[in-house]
Amino acid sequence: MSQAQPDSLQHQTPALRMLVTLGGVAMLSGFLIVLVYQLTKPIIEENQRLAIEQMVFKLVPAASIRRDIELAPGLSVYAAYDEQGRLKGVVARGAAQGYADLVHLLYNYAPDCDCIKGFDILKMAETPGLGDKILTDKAFLANFDYLDARLDGEGKQLANPIVTVKHGKKQEQWQIDAISGATVTSRAVGKAINDSAQRMLPLLQPRLDEIRQIQPGQKPSEQQP
Amino acid sequence: MSLHNPHIDWQTFTDGLWKENPVFVMLLGMCPVLAVTNSAINALAMGLATTFVLLASGLLVSLLRHQIPKQVRIATYILIIATFVTIVDYLIQAISLELYNALGAFIQLIVVNCMILGRAEAYASKHRVAKSLLNALGMGLGFTFALLCLGVVREVLGAGSLFGVDLFGSQFEPWVVMVLPPGGFIVLGGWLLLFEWLRERRAAAQLEKEAARAR
Repeated sequence: MSQAQPDSLQHQTPALRMLVTLGGVAMLSGFLIVLVYQLTKPIIEENQRLAIEQMVFKLVPAASIRRDIELAPGLSVYAAYDEQGRLKGVVARGAAQGYADLVHLLYNYAPDCDCIKGFDILKMAETPGLGDKILTDKAFLANFDYLDARLDGEGKQLANPIVTVKHGKKQEQWQIDAISGATVTSRAVGKAINDSAQRMLPLLQPRLDEIRQIQPGQKPSEQQP
Repeated sequence: MSLHNPHIDWQTFTDGLWKENPVFVMLLGMCPVLAVTNSAINALAMGLATTFVLLASGLLVSLLRHQIPKQVRIATYILIIATFVTIVDYLIQAISLELYNALGAFIQLIVVNCMILGRAEAYASKHRVAKSLLNALGMGLGFTFALLCLGVVREVLGAGSLFGVDLFGSQFEPWVVMVLPPGGFIVLGGWLLLFEWLRERRAAAQLEKEAARAR
């Protein structure tokens, strides 16, 4: 391909032809991309909705109805109700820097016990076999059977910030016992939940009664078939 | 298209599968080869996505080969390739978000897979549509085959499963290094060794045959 072209040949291609070719291909490209984007958009949105929905119902097993609630611009949570319309959990999103990249997760705040119950990973790139133990290690997951998330007297922040402590050092209900060998990822989980809860819970608490009142028939955004 | 069609050169198809295999012979596109072959399903999806881009860009480049002035050909090829990569990106998101997240940035990086630009420049821009498509299909399937070779070994050793199906039960202690980057290099080295050995053995047999004939 790199054979030297005679100079005279190169000059024979008018600039206009090059412009027309590039312009034409660019237009074709634009047309194809927009076409495929339009065709796949509803399917992709449905996939994303299903993925979140599955995770919400996995985190709040008793629930079967989900409703999206916007607490503040850009801060949405998913309220999960059971068949009878009782509020079973509020699922929120969090993220913190892990070992390789941001660890994105969802966690379940259970209003009945004023605690965090369970989390699941939306996206992470932690080392397989080490960091990804946070999803399988039974002792680590036991931290999330009951993780204290009470607010302080003024309701402005958590009474006790949620922190990850070194393996075997957990003493309080608001501490997370890290996995030895996956301390960085364990810390990311604690930080993601703490950062998110510190912001979300003070906004959620005053509206909890209102959120509880919503009946399943009262325009729940998504209803499980 | 029949086997006897004089316009169709089947060798251009089979070359990509074996004799000119993009991974095991030409060592092209190493980035996805090493990065996304930590499981068989990822390897298969990456291979098929690349094959689609190869086929579609080969078709368009071959169709437009007389229209594209030499001076802007690389820019045009890249534009064409990028278009189909974007399309594949959306299609995979529509098929499975889980798969899309597993493949990560490597879908978009198909744009810079030198094998694809190499095919456009060295083959599709000089040959008829049918031939270009056959060549692209052969190369794509050869690439998919190579990715699967790595993905299968790495998943079986590194996770004890194949296409997500558990093979050895709970007693198996996964060989974690195999799903990590070093495992990619180790397994690629192993396959290269095996294929090179086979090739040398065949070449030696060929030489012997010729020598016998000469006698």
